[in-house]
Amino acid sequence: MAVQSDVIDDAGPYDRAKALGAFKLGDVTFYWITRLSAISVLLILGGIIISLIVGAFPAIKEYGLSFLWTQRWAPSADPPVLGALGPMYGTLVTSFIAMLIAIPVGLGIAIFLTELCPQWLRRPIGMAIELLAGIPSIIYGMWGFFVLGPFLANTFQPFMIKVFDGVPVLGAIFAGPPSYLSLFNAALILAIMVLPFITSISVDVFKTVPPVLKEAAYGVGCTTWEVVRSVVIPYTRVGIIGGVMLALGRALGETMAVTFIIGNSFRISSSIFAPGTTISAAIASEFAESDGLHQSGLILLGLLLFVLTFFVLAAARLMLMRLETKAGK
Amino acid sequence: MNPIYSRRRRWDVIIRGLCIAAAAFGVTWLALILITLLYNGLAGLNLQVFTADTPPPGSTEGGLRNAIVGSLIMTVIGVGIGAPLGLFAGTYLAEYGRNDKLTSVIRFINDILLSAPSIIIGLFIYGAVVVPMRGFSAIAGSLALAVIVIPVVVRTTEDMLLLVPNPLREAASALGLPRSLVIKRIAYRAARSGLITGVLLATARVAGETAPLLFTALSNQFFSLGLDKTMANLPVTINNFVQSPYAYWKQLAWSGALLITLTVLALNIGARILGAERTAK
Repeated sequence: MAVQSDVIDDAGPYDRAKALGAFKLGDVTFYWITRLSAISVLLILGGIIISLIVGAFPAIKEYGLSFLWTQRWAPSADPPVLGALGPMYGTLVTSFIAMLIAIPVGLGIAIFLTELCPQWLRRPIGMAIELLAGIPSIIYGMWGFFVLGPFLANTFQPFMIKVFDGVPVLGAIFAGPPSYLSLFNAALILAIMVLPFITSISVDVFKTVPPVLKEAAYGVGCTTWEVVRSVVIPYTRVGIIGGVMLALGRALGETMAVTFIIGNSFRISSSIFAPGTTISAAIASEFAESDGLHQSGLILLGLLLFVLTFFVLAAARLMLMRLETKAGK
Repeated sequence: MNPIYSRRRRWDVIIRGLCIAAAAFGVTWLALILITLLYNGLAGLNLQVFTADTPPPGSTEGGLRNAIVGSLIMTVIGVGIGAPLGLFAGTYLAEYGRNDKLTSVIRFINDILLSAPSIIIGLFIYGAVVVPMRGFSAIAGSLALAVIVIPVVVRTTEDMLLLVPNPLREAASALGLPRSLVIKRIAYRAARSGLITGVLLATARVAGETAPLLFTALSNQFFSLGLDKTMANLPVTINNFVQSPYAYWKQLAWSGALLITLTVLALNIGARILGAERTAK
């Protein structure tokens, strides 16, 4: 037995120190690997901001603030004249119309899924909507280009133009001629695309309402609509607004769904059936062939888009976080 | 009956009807998209699509082999770079810095990057990689995809690790396991299916990403494996073919779109099945 214990005594302390050292080294290494990876998220954001500012600098120096309210976009003129008004107008108008369509429909679907739908149908419909949120945007764009554009130009647009012909204001908004490529077509595709986002966030948010509250309302004789209007929506208001802003952030920056179908015209027209462009569509269609000041102008457009979406998304996250802390209580 | 009751009931019926109509409206659009995609995509799907390279203008012979291979390569590299970084970053947020000030800042920034416009990521990589390297390249495209993968993986990793019950960690620590091994041997193992779900979802997200590839990887008409040059890829090829005047190119675009959609749906469904297994346990 003495031999054996000798071995342990000899080997024991030595091994222990070595093993502990290895553990310690592994621990410290792993800690720093994870910490540096986490910090890389911040570096990416910093990198995006810096590279956009550096790229946009020549255009900022050349045009200054007048870039924001110049409508003319003539990159081949000498010197090039560039203004962001057209794309900014297109971005805001398409997103606005898209939200106008998608918010009521998305909330309607969410109410249907949480309050009205029979239990066995909830999972399939909910899952279908989640899956559709994952379809790449180029598929929506392609479908809009080949199917929706011609359909709208042949049926919906002539109808609206005829109905509102001669009506002040509305007549100008729905003015002809019908077109395969227009702001409205792009907005409708955007609406279809953000619909699943709004629905799935609203469903999640509606689920945070404590069942007791709803049961109490039903108990005193409220109808389904009254429960939704007076209990569910007030309770989840912040979350709904957060979800809508998140969808708006998506709509503002969406590229491929819009590029094919918007027509790439930098002129601002009062009619929503006229071609237009958005910031992302302008970048997508012109960037690869651009150089010099033109390219710098496009990067400046990108910087504007990034600032815009950053604030919208930040507001959305703050609101959703507020709801989370409320639900956590 | 009291008129107030009938009015309330009428409103309820109207709103219910509108909600059902909204659901029907939404589902119809989405079904229409899938049906046209299947109809047009299947019409042109044959073996040639997988064995031949993209055809020159006007030709009616050719497939998408080079684009499919290029997309696979770039997606694999993109996920290969992005997923480990995202996993480690998510680990830090959930394990080391749970109550850190830094963590809440990173979490907030990560959530914004998660929904940042992908074309901006393209501009970033153009400025950070394409300009210094003096040319479009497959590696730039892969890096752009990696930047999109990271926030998705960070988010799911953190969420999944936070679900691992603390007593597991405490038990491991009580046995004398160092912190890094507690994470690697206990937390990772308990959250494994969740972590894989995150990586699958991120892969699905980048598989059809087009905007960031438009001016990083560009695309070409040839079969090429060089990472330092432009590389054909499905999304950009579809983008170019859709707007072309050639019927055969448009046909190929539909087939490519169908392939991408099926891949993305399969990845999503796979991720969900894995996720469901976890909650069922």
